[in-house]
Amino acid sequence: MYSKKIIIRYGADVVDKPVVYSLVKDFDLAFNIMRARISPRREGLMVLDLSGTKKNFDRAIRYLRGLGLSVEPLSKSVTRNVDRCVHCGACVAFCTSGALYLDKNTMEVIFDPEKCSGCELCVKGCPTRAMTIDLL
Amino acid sequence: MKTYTVNKTYGEINEKIKKGKAVVVTAEEIIGIVQKKGDVAAAREVDVVTTGTFSPMCSSGAFLNFGHTSPRIRASKVWLNDVPAYGGIAAVDCYIGATEVVEGDPLNSIHPGEFNYGGGHVLEDLVAGRPVRLRLESYGTDCYPARRHEKNITIHDLRDAFLFNPRNAYQNYNCAVNMSDRTIYTYMGVLRPDMANATYSTSGQLSPLFNDPYFRTIGIGTRIFLCGAQGFVAGPGTQHNPDAMRGENGVPKEGAGTLATTGNLKEMDPRWLMGASMLGYGVSLYVGIGVPIPILNEEMVRYASVTDEDIYAQVYDYGVDYPSGSAQSLGEVSYKELRSGRIKLHGRVIPTAPLSSYYKAREIAAILKDWIDKGEFLLGEPQQLLPSCGAS
Repeated sequence: MYSKKIIIRYGADVVDKPVVYSLVKDFDLAFNIMRARISPRREGLMVLDLSGTKKNFDRAIRYLRGLGLSVEPLSKSVTRNVDRCVHCGACVAFCTSGALYLDKNTMEVIFDPEKCSGCELCVKGCPTRAMTIDLL
Repeated sequence: MKTYTVNKTYGEINEKIKKGKAVVVTAEEIIGIVQKKGDVAAAREVDVVTTGTFSPMCSSGAFLNFGHTSPRIRASKVWLNDVPAYGGIAAVDCYIGATEVVEGDPLNSIHPGEFNYGGGHVLEDLVAGRPVRLRLESYGTDCYPARRHEKNITIHDLRDAFLFNPRNAYQNYNCAVNMSDRTIYTYMGVLRPDMANATYSTSGQLSPLFNDPYFRTIGIGTRIFLCGAQGFVAGPGTQHNPDAMRGENGVPKEGAGTLATTGNLKEMDPRWLMGASMLGYGVSLYVGIGVPIPILNEEMVRYASVTDEDIYAQVYDYGVDYPSGSAQSLGEVSYKELRSGRIKLHGRVIPTAPLSSYYKAREIAAILKDWIDKGEFLLGEPQQLLPSCGAS
């Protein structure tokens, strides 16, 4: 089983297409919509957790890109500014996905972008504002 | 008067530091040495134990003298990057406090407020050498006729700039939980409802005042690591309370001693002094402090070898009890448990998160050790020790 969180960004021309339906019907992928947003000009963004076989996942990504959608791993949109992170650990209190955690030996805050769900709680919760998420 | 087997003076230790012969270890390293060799042998061998803490510390700020303008102004109102500073000191002196919020901030009108900028951030900008907008207002006098003045400055343009923090390095602090049914935003961080998480804020066994619980070696004039510079203990901090509840090892089990600290802002490093935005609460300042503990005798090495296992914090409910001012401890937990990532309270297992950086505290203790090893940092003998209670 292959699983990955992705961000799909799309223009107004595809907003009325049942894209997620195709992911299930044609590629046998299970999905979990973590965020979805359509702006007034009808361009939009969706954060999806997709799982299925690696082969079907890759085919699905090609299909989405073929429709003119921008597809990126969520992990690419979440960054930690290492110069601002002081490893205090305050983020650990509210990171529900376990992407931010303390290494018990070094007491460093570790950030694993693959686990991030894109909830954005850390963006305002981090006292030194070390976390940024680009979901535009 | 107690008699000890090992007796060293500040002068003797400083002579060894100057010759590069002093044995310096961190508050973590001393634990194993004392466990292995016993306190008398450890006290003979080790001369200084270094400590560290790095945490948001409200009750911090700096006195700035921005020099005379032409024409002169008797500045009665002062802003730095639109953050109000206190100008009622002298014509061109002010005090910028860490928790002052920038003018025009929406505060908590949309709860929880973000508090992106304030006094702590001004201090960080200054120390990082970034330009800061200085704005002055006055009513005009015969000798100081100007009524307004505005200019960009950096820390290099300031005549004098020194950090003066009225209360730092709290000897112990509360562990916070939230027993209410809504998420709350506090100076102890974000606390989820129904005790879903707990936060705490000291570096435990590395923390300066845990390693000298009765303040036998710390007082006015103790030389310290302060935000990357060599600073000093200016005296007991505000709210200093030596009479707090203590364990058998003498270590306070609740908030107790504090330090007032001072140092030259121009010598500091933004790695060790950083603005903090506490969601829904306000702004503050991360301060890095390291205090050297001179091993004058075997009693001091015993104190300095305290472990997280033997240091306890009280747990308080920040949902209802604490804000109402009638907080009763829900129980006590050790720093070993707190640092393990979960505590047990009322039969529940609660995940913990610190606000104080143990990682940075460890770095500070290592830097201070390095300074002393190289002979760059000498012990400052206190002119007067901090107020203490009678130790047994």
